[in-house]
Amino acid sequence: MNDIKERQARLQQLVADILQEAKAQGASTAEAGVSSDAGLSLNVRLGEPETIEHTRDSGLGVTVYFGQRKGSANTSDLSPEAVRETVRAACNFARYTSEDDCSGLADADLMATDLPDLDLYHPWEQSVDEAIELAQTCEAAARDQDSRIVNSEGASIDSHDGLHVYGNSHGFISGYPSSRHSISCAVVGQDGDSMQRDYWYSQSRRHEDLETPEAVGRMAAERTISRLGARRIATGEAPVLFQADVAVGLLRSFLGAIRGSALYRKASFLLDHLHQPVFPEFVRIHEMPYLPRGLGSGAFDSEGVATREQDIVSDGILRSYLLDSYAARKMGMQTTGNAGGVHNLRTTSGSLDRQGLLEKMGRGLLVTELMGQGVNTVTGDYSRGASGFWVEDGEIQYPVEEITIAGNLKEMMLGLQEIGCDAEIRTSVQTGSWLIDHMMIAGQ
Amino acid sequence: MSDLIQIAHETLLAPTGLGESDIDLMLGELVGGGIDAADIYFQSSRLESWVLEDGIIKEGSHSIEQGAGIRAISGEKTGFAYSDELHLTPLIDAARAARAITRSGGDGTVKVAGLTPARRLYQPINPLISLTESAKVELLRRVDAEARKQDSRVKQVIVSLVGAHDVMMVAATDGTLSADVRPLVRLNVHVIVEQGERREQGSSGGGARDSFQFLLDEERALGFAREAVRQALVNLEAVDAPAGTMPVVLGPGWPGILLHEAVGHGLEGDFNRKGTSAFSGRIGEKVASSCCTVVDNGTLPGRRGSLSVDDEGTESQNTVLIEDGVLKGYLQDKHNARLMGVESTGNGRRESYAHLPLPRMTNTYMLSGSYDPQEIIASVDKGIYAVNFGGGQVDITSGRFVFSASEAYLIENGKVTAPVKGATLIGNGPEAMMQISMVGNDLALDQGVGVCGKEGQSVPVGVGQPTLRIDELTVGGTGA
Repeated sequence: MNDIKERQARLQQLVADILQEAKAQGASTAEAGVSSDAGLSLNVRLGEPETIEHTRDSGLGVTVYFGQRKGSANTSDLSPEAVRETVRAACNFARYTSEDDCSGLADADLMATDLPDLDLYHPWEQSVDEAIELAQTCEAAARDQDSRIVNSEGASIDSHDGLHVYGNSHGFISGYPSSRHSISCAVVGQDGDSMQRDYWYSQSRRHEDLETPEAVGRMAAERTISRLGARRIATGEAPVLFQADVAVGLLRSFLGAIRGSALYRKASFLLDHLHQPVFPEFVRIHEMPYLPRGLGSGAFDSEGVATREQDIVSDGILRSYLLDSYAARKMGMQTTGNAGGVHNLRTTSGSLDRQGLLEKMGRGLLVTELMGQGVNTVTGDYSRGASGFWVEDGEIQYPVEEITIAGNLKEMMLGLQEIGCDAEIRTSVQTGSWLIDHMMIAGQ
Repeated sequence: MSDLIQIAHETLLAPTGLGESDIDLMLGELVGGGIDAADIYFQSSRLESWVLEDGIIKEGSHSIEQGAGIRAISGEKTGFAYSDELHLTPLIDAARAARAITRSGGDGTVKVAGLTPARRLYQPINPLISLTESAKVELLRRVDAEARKQDSRVKQVIVSLVGAHDVMMVAATDGTLSADVRPLVRLNVHVIVEQGERREQGSSGGGARDSFQFLLDEERALGFAREAVRQALVNLEAVDAPAGTMPVVLGPGWPGILLHEAVGHGLEGDFNRKGTSAFSGRIGEKVASSCCTVVDNGTLPGRRGSLSVDDEGTESQNTVLIEDGVLKGYLQDKHNARLMGVESTGNGRRESYAHLPLPRMTNTYMLSGSYDPQEIIASVDKGIYAVNFGGGQVDITSGRFVFSASEAYLIENGKVTAPVKGATLIGNGPEAMMQISMVGNDLALDQGVGVCGKEGQSVPVGVGQPTLRIDELTVGGTGA
């Protein structure tokens, strides 16, 4: 622990030096971030180690302001000469950018002052051999699950930890160490001519919180096998149940539309929707930045602004946009502490589990995978490739593939019937499955 | 010593006092004791980007990345480590970490020989200094003004200008010593238009392995501005796209993203060595209709996807993937080629020194056929004519792929009629390729904006095709 404290102190000093250098070169204000990470990524395939990567990344980024003009630069080289050169490059750019009324640091009185330890740092003391063994166990569990698992892309262990420090010329300099570990597995199944691949993973701040390698492997195999024999379905309208892990994608599309940068550019279908109903009344979406060991936890955002526990949506009504200080000034509002994104989002769940949701849907499409980028944030138009299962009388009938689902996000959000109690917990943005009243399915 | 190797020496090694003998020393750590092959990739990359928004120059930024990646291969095993410090001690440490995939230590010696590429596809220039900062700013302002003067409904214009100067050198235990200096420039325009309550977007852009002058020549940058506005205005009139399976005519150029997704990825050597691609084991088989010939060509001068040598020092090639519908070959890097008993096709690429090389595409396109494009459109009673796309994605194993149209029209009774809203098209690679019934005589390559992602690594690529007709493809609209 002492070692990490020393390293943090060194990086904090480096940020102070960068800010000092910026001042010396004439900048009126500046901000800088420095990070340093190390880790191990390895993959085992068909029982043998395939790739073993030792990663070690560092980087610094600096933004300087000459009045209202801004310049930025970054580098992977943290040596004193590189720091000076990087600050010089940033200052040079500021000579050519324009005066921008809205640019500058976030206001000084918004800087985070309460900096609790959020328990994000749990390095995984394991040897390469131990990690290989875990991956081997994981892959073996997948391959032993079913004789139709005929091939494998392997099982992977990823473990990274490091430090991030941010500071600006308000005198705010703070950082924290964090870690992130994951185990994943992807296998190929075959039945006749049908070949399918699927995967599963578990991710956490602390390796003890990961699912067991056997559980990850078995889940990867089950998901792959369940897709074999997938067919297409007829074109038509039907209710759609988005399994929790893909419902997270819908939630992220919503977040993309209430981001300040989309709003001030008028590039959002939720322009002027603050304090308006955007979901049915039962929906509450809540940001919780201070969860111990949370994947998105942080006491300050990427401008040093104190993060806060807040409702984004309650009673179905949009309560807050996601703003950084630039977008806030553009819109005549106040930053919401969301520079750089959200810090752990939770969605209220109903009482129905997966089976309950299938029964409520009755007849329709359960979507377990989405493909492509067909989400238009400007108009809300939504059209993506999908795979999943056809459901009749609340029971899964057969796997489905090579279809698209389409609608408009605004209508889909208002048409939300139910959020399941089966929340996805491997990501910082979390929700249960979403049952949407109807969408257009294109198939045969 | 070739001049490229000379430049690479001066940029990558000289500043920290590294010399050729140090490369031999590092490679010496990497031979023997069960290591089949190993290489060291040195890189220095400088990137500059400018953003204009709301009529002002909002951002300018500069980025420097440099380091070396060291890879050791034993059978199917790869060990990899890298350092962002180009000094002997950390590099030797990285070499030892990489070779730890075998238990024994290095004991051999290697002498590398400089390779001079037979041809030069782009000049070894630094595009960042090809225009003054004031001229770059002026270019952005002119593009903004051009977009705004097209139509009063243009409400927002975002222009970005990016230049990269990438110097690489690779040394390998097979004796390879190769270097390259790779310029890359790109300009993108994104506009939002507004009419009453309705807002739509349009975007366009282009670039090349060239200086910024490329964007000024032939008023290319201004052309991108006009094109972005044109697309956005078309979208203001768009009606709901139909849903279901129908004939689809794809326009020339950028819609070649079809080939990138439906064919290209599935033919990359790693997936085929492992037998996880829908195309695995199918060389010599018919995988597309007879009118299809598809190549991956890294040798086109100045193109975004082109490389004089790949990231393993192999000269790029024009590789025939599909000829008259028959599968001819895969895209190979050295590692997968060695394991499959074939030669590398010069497709070993990596995002940076901190990433492992993989078999990747360069410029992937279909050759022209004989049909007049108008004849192809006229052949469709009811279908879709799609001319611009956003991104795509493929599931290698099942062959399923999607790509999302950003500009498309209905075809009714052989005529292009109303524009339709963006829709995702979905198909199965080998099946869709068999459904191609007409290929136009108007092969075009894209403007130079493509980025391909694989295993978390991004590399610049190109695509292209002539106008072509697919008899049946699923169109993901909302209309009946």
